[in-house]
Amino acid sequence: MAKKNIIQKIDEVGLVGRGGAGYPTALKWMAVKNALKKKKVGFIVVNGAEGEPGVKKDGYLLANKTEEVVNGVYLAYQFLDSTKIKKIHFFLKAEYYKAYSKKIKEVLKNKKYRLFYDKVEFFCKPETPSYICGEETAIVNIIEGHRPEPRLKPPFPADSGMNYHPTLINNVETFYNVSLIDKGDYEGKRLYTLTGAVKHKGVFSLSASISAEEILRDTRNYPDFDFFVMTGGEVCGELLRSDQLQAPVEGSGLLMVFDKKKTDYKKLLNYWLKFYETESCGACTACREGTYRLHELANKPEYDKQMFDDLIHNLEESSLCSLGSSLPVTVKSYFENIQIK
Amino acid sequence: MNIKINNKKISALKGQTILEVARANKIKIPSLCYHPDLDVRAGCRVCVVEVKGRDKLCTACSTAILEGMEIFTDSERVIKSRSLNVEMLFASHAEKCVDCTLRFNCTLLDLARDYNLKIARFSDRKINRKTYKFANAVEIDGTQCIDCSNCISACDKQGISFLKMEGNGCNQEVKQNKDNHSACIYCGQCANVCPVAAAQEQGEWKQVEADLKDNKKIVVAQFAPAVRVSLGEEFGMPYGVNCTKKINTALKILGFSHVFDVNFGADITTMTEAEELVERLNNKKAVFPMTTSCCPAWVAYAESYHPELLPNLTTARSPHIHSAGAIKSYFAKKNKIDAKKIIVVSIVPCTSKKYEAARPELKYEGRPLVDHVLTTREFAFILKKNKIDFKNLADSETDPIFNDGSGAAAIYGASGGVMESALRSAISMACKGSKNKLCSSRLEFKEVRGLKGLKEASVNLAGHKLKIAVVNGIGHFEQLLPKLNQYHYIEVMACPGGCLGGGGQPMPTTDVIRKQRLEGMYKIDSGKSVRRAHENRQMTEYYDWVKKNKLSAKLLHTKFSAKKR
Ligand code: SF4
Ligand code: SF4
Ligand code: SF4
Ligand code: FES
Repeated sequence: MAKKNIIQKIDEVGLVGRGGAGYPTALKWMAVKNALKKKKVGFIVVNGAEGEPGVKKDGYLLANKTEEVVNGVYLAYQFLDSTKIKKIHFFLKAEYYKAYSKKIKEVLKNKKYRLFYDKVEFFCKPETPSYICGEETAIVNIIEGHRPEPRLKPPFPADSGMNYHPTLINNVETFYNVSLIDKGDYEGKRLYTLTGAVKHKGVFSLSASISAEEILRDTRNYPDFDFFVMTGGEVCGELLRSDQLQAPVEGSGLLMVFDKKKTDYKKLLNYWLKFYETESCGACTACREGTYRLHELANKPEYDKQMFDDLIHNLEESSLCSLGSSLPVTVKSYFENIQIK
Repeated sequence: MNIKINNKKISALKGQTILEVARANKIKIPSLCYHPDLDVRAGCRVCVVEVKGRDKLCTACSTAILEGMEIFTDSERVIKSRSLNVEMLFASHAEKCVDCTLRFNCTLLDLARDYNLKIARFSDRKINRKTYKFANAVEIDGTQCIDCSNCISACDKQGISFLKMEGNGCNQEVKQNKDNHSACIYCGQCANVCPVAAAQEQGEWKQVEADLKDNKKIVVAQFAPAVRVSLGEEFGMPYGVNCTKKINTALKILGFSHVFDVNFGADITTMTEAEELVERLNNKKAVFPMTTSCCPAWVAYAESYHPELLPNLTTARSPHIHSAGAIKSYFAKKNKIDAKKIIVVSIVPCTSKKYEAARPELKYEGRPLVDHVLTTREFAFILKKNKIDFKNLADSETDPIFNDGSGAAAIYGASGGVMESALRSAISMACKGSKNKLCSSRLEFKEVRGLKGLKEASVNLAGHKLKIAVVNGIGHFEQLLPKLNQYHYIEVMACPGGCLGGGGQPMPTTDVIRKQRLEGMYKIDSGKSVRRAHENRQMTEYYDWVKKNKLSAKLLHTKFSAKKR
């Protein structure tokens, strides 16, 4: 009766999506399940796009925990209704596609997955723009052969995703956790990518509820110099001073350390702005034009800070997708917490 | 559902968007990319409004109303964001206002004025972009494009997908889609949905103005069936009003020496086409189905995509080419004018007629039959530019040598109209000599009317059981292909609704508006005493003259040739 139980188990431990948005997994699964009651066909997408620069956790799992990841997907497949799920798309970043699709196929050859394997399809993520290609609805667009740009929500993929059918899209790590939960091995952990000015770079599995400071200490990475950090992602996250590290790390689970003295601040700001400008899909004015103007402004010797702030604020107010509204989080936390005025 | 907009209580229907509700209640929310015919993409972010309880602003065009929603359309937050978005769009749109045919109805300019924008804070970022020209008909000016993708959606809807957005972010650009071997058919549907005239017709109004000033030339005008029921929209008149007689007057004021009506030419097309249909029916070896060919975009489609069907196309010329022929031959002769001095300007709802006019086989004595083609929009622009108070013009008539056509001609601009006109005449022709008095009595063919994408029917033509189909919008053609051989006669119009929804028509053109233009046309038809083309005496006089002088090949028929994609 494992089939009936999995959703309760997921709900009990309160698993949330590990892609960045942190949406409760049980709710998402139920939404798709309910939508499938009225429909004949559904899809599953395994999101291994890992578009956030610096983050490497999904790659780590595909390499080292292949069996568990596949099993997690299989559990979703059974839960949702194996007769209705038409296809399971493994949507992988090019690097992972090359390195791990063979390995995943090996696992899929297991007898248990026989019928399931026939429905699996691999999809290699386009190189540019790479960030937006991790956004759920953009993935649907890409798999369907359309432009990599997000769709308007609602409708959400759970109701109307691939070819307008109910579609479950979860991050690789989420599926991995589901597998652990099923076996009773889940300990409330998540994967953190530690990077920047740290001694021990890499992917670490630690409790999902500990603070950033604890993460640094537990991984023996707490700096002995003046520092600040970026949490969440390398371009899409929050900048925090060393005295602000009490909250857990969210988003894609990245923790990056900066040496206060050695950081070129102008370059850093430019790196973000340039990133957003090149990654903007182009669909909305606030982001396409806004990121262009911000980057343009920041490169001027003297710039209009009021205008700069207005553009940032406008992204918060009127961008179409979360790419546009995440730039303000990064830049505002930078100006509020880090930059010495 | 009950909602509040700007504190005013409003009841609305479930499923409506904020924008729809606001507009239905005369509350102004500006929009640029929204178009009722296209899927909402919500890219311009100009229609943003504040919804109580939501963090972000919402785009009114894409947000469905919910019970109890409280919406603010002009709060400080809204104005701030909206203005900045407009300002940035302005900076991605090189202003070429002086020569822009959209100048008098430009949303961007209105917004700049309404929101008191400082337009010069950002530099024009697209000034070095290219202009892509599609034959001599349509163009996309990259320096003016605001990236809304409407043109791409419209072309996709046509089933052509000639356009695509290449690249992303600030570097993206609307370009020709090189991946799908598509060919532009010049229908101009892209131009009809572009909010900023970046996708537009290749204007000829300047050449026309120059010719009008040249007193060595005799510049004559003729206007197509669909123009009369839409031009009024540009001057705040109700949809579908018949402006024929005001157009005659306006053209004379502009300095055209003679004014003709393309409806006369439509009767010639019907005559030629009906004759051909009856001939084919009486010839066992004839190719079927016969299809219409008066839509140059359909012809371009057939030439590029289905060269095997070219023998199916009727050789009858399109209405304005016919009437131009009548002008340059018959009219010139009767009035002892040197045909070479005559400049024919066609005013049409169509962009592909620009391309047609330049086709090499449509020449008379070495010169094009039609010298310039203006769209309805270009014509409205010239009138406004010359400060002509169109709405209040007096009525007048066309040059007496050619009349304004039968009722059958009036419906040419509606999908199904060409078919119906041809059937009205073909029935009479086929029934000639029949003892059955009822044989040719049928006048109206309502089964081919209306805005459905594909219309099919069977009709009895003097004992021949005819299966007919009407393709309303080129996007519906491929659907017909597998069963093509079942039919005898097919009408294809590239634009949804037929020419009344042409690429050169006033904007916006939506289904609601198409319907009213359509009703306007059928009203003209039912009000006419002569409703069959072959009963138009002036036309048959001309027709007989052509035949007597053995000018049929020179004046009535045309040919087609396969094109590479
Ligand atoms: S003219 Fe017609 S076919 Fe050509 S690009 Fe525009 S919409 Fe497409
Ligand atoms: S050409 Fe016009 S319709 Fe096409 S994307 Fe640009 S602004 Fe939009
Ligand atoms: S349907 Fe009419 S307006 Fe449209 S391309 Fe054909 S002839 Fe022109
Ligand atoms: S009109 Fe709503 S976003 Fe453009």
